[in-house]
Amino acid sequence: MTAMIKAENVRKSFGNLEVLRGIDLQVAPGEVSCLLGPSGSGKSTFLRCVNHLESVTAGQLWVDGELVGYRRRGDRLFELREREIAHRRRDIGMVFQRFNLFPHLTALGNITEAPVNVLKEPRAAARERAMQLLERVGLADKADAYPAMLSGGQQQRVAIARALAMRPKLMLFDEPTSALDPELVGEVLDVMRGLAEDGMTMMVVTHEMGFAREVADTVVFMDAGVVVESGTPDQVLGDPQHDRTRAFLAKVL
Amino acid sequence: MTQDTHPPIKAVPVRHYGRWLAALAVALLAYQIFSALVRSPNLEPDIIADYLFKDFVLEGVRTTLLLTAIAMVLGTAGGVLLAVMRLSANPVLRFTAAAFVWFFRGTPLLVQIVFFGFLGALLPRLTITVPFTDIAIFDQPTNAVMVGIVPAVLALSLNEMAYAAEIVRGGILAVDSGQTEAAHALGMKPALTMRRIILPQAMRVIAPPMGNEVITMLKSTALVSVIAGRDLMTAVQTVYAQNYKVIPLLAVAAIWYLAMVSVLSLAQYFVERRFGRGHQATQRGGMFR
Repeated sequence: MTAMIKAENVRKSFGNLEVLRGIDLQVAPGEVSCLLGPSGSGKSTFLRCVNHLESVTAGQLWVDGELVGYRRRGDRLFELREREIAHRRRDIGMVFQRFNLFPHLTALGNITEAPVNVLKEPRAAARERAMQLLERVGLADKADAYPAMLSGGQQQRVAIARALAMRPKLMLFDEPTSALDPELVGEVLDVMRGLAEDGMTMMVVTHEMGFAREVADTVVFMDAGVVVESGTPDQVLGDPQHDRTRAFLAKVL
Repeated sequence: MTQDTHPPIKAVPVRHYGRWLAALAVALLAYQIFSALVRSPNLEPDIIADYLFKDFVLEGVRTTLLLTAIAMVLGTAGGVLLAVMRLSANPVLRFTAAAFVWFFRGTPLLVQIVFFGFLGALLPRLTITVPFTDIAIFDQPTNAVMVGIVPAVLALSLNEMAYAAEIVRGGILAVDSGQTEAAHALGMKPALTMRRIILPQAMRVIAPPMGNEVITMLKSTALVSVIAGRDLMTAVQTVYAQNYKVIPLLAVAAIWYLAMVSVLSLAQYFVERRFGRGHQATQRGGMFR
């Protein structure tokens, strides 16, 4: 079976600063993988490399068997055009720490925007599906609300619905609850838990240890741009093998 | 409810002596100006009233409005194009846009207007040929192309493009970069992202200064009178050059400009409210509440 995400020695530098220093990992279809680690460890950068919001400096990264950002012909690599990159991103949903909803569109408009303009779905069908998705995230009554009228938790749930509207085969979550008031975290995690139960392949950068322990199939602990250790939640969170993991967990648990 | 009602506070309000002083000063000043105007032998209110709706004045008003409309439409379209070029990853486009803005912002509008008015002196014929051949796609005497309001429209639009470009660029840069990322992550291409996500949001920042641009443009059209641009100013100048009723005719022009600007200011308010959708801060408050 082709891995949904496969990384081989992925490196990323910003100028002289090497943020990723050789990442190797795999995520199987249907797997929920949580990236943990201190801030600055490169978790978010790696996540952004997966849908080519950042380009990798060295190493190779595949999503569903396709090389990210390049096309291989013979033994030469060709950079993809913007059009081709955009085409590949259709299948990868992304949820941001700061929601990034489109403030000039209603909740419904946010969700139908890409299906109508990118997938060229008929407007009526897109609206119907958007309503189903809003129902699913528990916001059917907020279809006509603008983002500024919604709470952080509601905005993030709309953002998840917006990503799901593209029928992605992979969902990336970049600290989806870090910008939320504590009492709003639960409603977003509930939606994510539901997604995981439905078999969605997910890569989640998070600081929610409870969520990682309960929902993740694999936990990856990163520090200083490398994967320190990975395994099941029980292995990594319950019986960490490395001092750095133990030190981190001692602080957050 | 068991809460007992409290009587409203009774207190002596603060006396605003400054307001009375200001009112007195303004009233005195207004009286001075008004009486000076009334006593002036050259204002001639009956002549102003007589000329206000004369055909040549109305024709000039129409041309002024037409010039403003065309120059703003072309100027805004060109401005958006230049702004996108300026922010493009393509260095050739970036440089071209920067050079255009540099030139048209760097020379006075009046100079540009006179220049286009006398373009025939620089280039007697306007010719477009297939590159490296003598085959002409377009070949006309300049003075046959530059007729009527064409030179005025060209000068005003090209100048406006330079200013609009800077305003639009500022508006685009004011949109959070997370918006572009979110759109890209949804598989939207750069052009679609710009059109559907960035520009509509940039409009909120762009609309107020562009409203000012329209008002400035309406008044700048008076400059085309130097090349007989057929606008309101040209119309009154032509007449007062013959009958020497300079002051009344200038007053006629001033009244019309002021009336047109007042209407535009009102329109500006509604346009700004339209593009403030989704932003509560711009929807609350305001002039009419």
